[in-house]
Amino acid sequence: MNNILAVASVVIKELYRRKDFYVLYILTVLICLIMASVNLFHDVHIVRYLKEICLLFIWICSLVIAITTAARQIPSERENRTLFPLLAKPLSRTQLLLGKFLGCWLACGLALICFYLFFGALAASREHHWPLLNYLQAGLLHWVMLAVVIAFTLLGSLVFAAPSSNATITFVLVAFILLLGRHLNKVALQLPEPRRSILYGLYYCIPHLELFDVRDLIIHNWPPIAWPVCGVAALYALAYASALLIGACLVFRRKAIN
Amino acid sequence: MRSTKLPLLILLGLLVLCFGLAAWLDLWFQTWQGNRTQSADVLSVLMGDSRRMFANHFFVKADAYFHSGFYPTVFDNREAFRTPHMAEDSGTVGGQNEGDEKGFLGKPRDWIDALSRQFFPARHTHLDQGGASGDLGDSSQVREIMPWLRLSAELNPNDIRTYTVAAYWLRERMGKVAEAEQFLREGLRENPDSYEIMYELGRVYSENRNDQARARNLWEASLRQWQRQEAPKSDPDKFLFIQIVSHLALFEEKQGHYPQALAYMELWKARSPGPDAVQKFIDDILHKMASPAPAPAAPPLQPPGQAP
Repeated sequence: MNNILAVASVVIKELYRRKDFYVLYILTVLICLIMASVNLFHDVHIVRYLKEICLLFIWICSLVIAITTAARQIPSERENRTLFPLLAKPLSRTQLLLGKFLGCWLACGLALICFYLFFGALAASREHHWPLLNYLQAGLLHWVMLAVVIAFTLLGSLVFAAPSSNATITFVLVAFILLLGRHLNKVALQLPEPRRSILYGLYYCIPHLELFDVRDLIIHNWPPIAWPVCGVAALYALAYASALLIGACLVFRRKAIN
Repeated sequence: MRSTKLPLLILLGLLVLCFGLAAWLDLWFQTWQGNRTQSADVLSVLMGDSRRMFANHFFVKADAYFHSGFYPTVFDNREAFRTPHMAEDSGTVGGQNEGDEKGFLGKPRDWIDALSRQFFPARHTHLDQGGASGDLGDSSQVREIMPWLRLSAELNPNDIRTYTVAAYWLRERMGKVAEAEQFLREGLRENPDSYEIMYELGRVYSENRNDQARARNLWEASLRQWQRQEAPKSDPDKFLFIQIVSHLALFEEKQGHYPQALAYMELWKARSPGPDAVQKFIDDILHKMASPAPAPAAPPLQPPGQAP
């Protein structure tokens, strides 16, 4: 476990040494502040459009950070020829991969804390109340969802040739699931066999990342979700993340690293 | 050593050519009809006329906000949402909705579907009735639809319903009469022949400004525009016609101008889906005209959307 944590801490340090997070964070803050300055019929209490824009940017930025960070982990170690010295230490390939995953996931968690703190402050400045429980649920579900994305990207970094292709494919798949994943079953029911069964099978196979997108509940001030339901969703995501990580470990074990 | 004269001369020649071309093109560009730089609107500069394509999207987005996010997607049954509810409830457009507005999701098809319904709004509410909080006393939350209506109007200034719907909610639930009037006047500048905006502006003067004379002038102008634009059509906008003539009829009756009131009521009856109810108004006026005593106070103007 110490080895995994040591690798993870290096990944976290890498995140705050790089400029990606700062650029995305400042961009989000600037755009939200500009949008907040718009005069809408002289009503200063209009806030939901601002929450929607802010949350959209948080989701996009978190996906960019998660995918780009995870996609370059293994390839950069190979390119810099630091992979051999790393594995020469008492560190197995599985530990290295788990450390990379944990580091990326924790780094994304830290980034999410910063983003959600800004979001909470922005919303509170107009709404004058702070539904902490709702924000906590939204942040946790968001973070759990990123575990699946990071695990998938790490697997992709071992399968695809370059980090750019891996990142592009992951972005497209994640966008597809977030936009259409919820509706695949409705489309499948309108198709004749065997396409119906194939599409329904795909619907069951894909990780339903859209489950963790509770932005509408936050934007429109709906009551918090029941905690057992959140627990089931978290287990669902962790199961997918574990499966993808096991797959990644199996691929990495057999992969020639020179 | 090679001479540098030739490259310098070529460079000078190119600079002169660029300057000349820029001067010539600028003259042409300033007179070109497609020049967007004269517009102060950033969206029109950036997007040109393509922005109109997105206007309806944001109008529907406002309706999704009106429902606090509970809204059908293109994959759901949208029969009950063909006319945006925020527009229908404002009484500025006629409704074409059918079906169950609360149950468009249907029963859960599988366990993932059932689980997913815990993670997005799955209950039908309207913002003017408290929205997700269910607080019936708090109708001011309807203000949240305004950014999208404003954006929709910016993107397509000729979409008239944007102005009338926004103005209704601004003055009725947000108490912003001046802003509603200003927005309607903005719409009227863009659409000078719009009978819908004239009618809605008349309501502002009648219901909020208590300036009945100006309201009547606007409604009469609105009726003239309706007759010019809609009367020749095979399927005219009956809903707004009834709104206009019913308001005019009741207004004239209130003023004691019975012949004019009767004339408007005949128009109203001719296109009303419930002519018997209108006939009762007519009989009432005829009775008042026949009786020698001074006419009693007429019933107050009916709220919109309730004209028989």
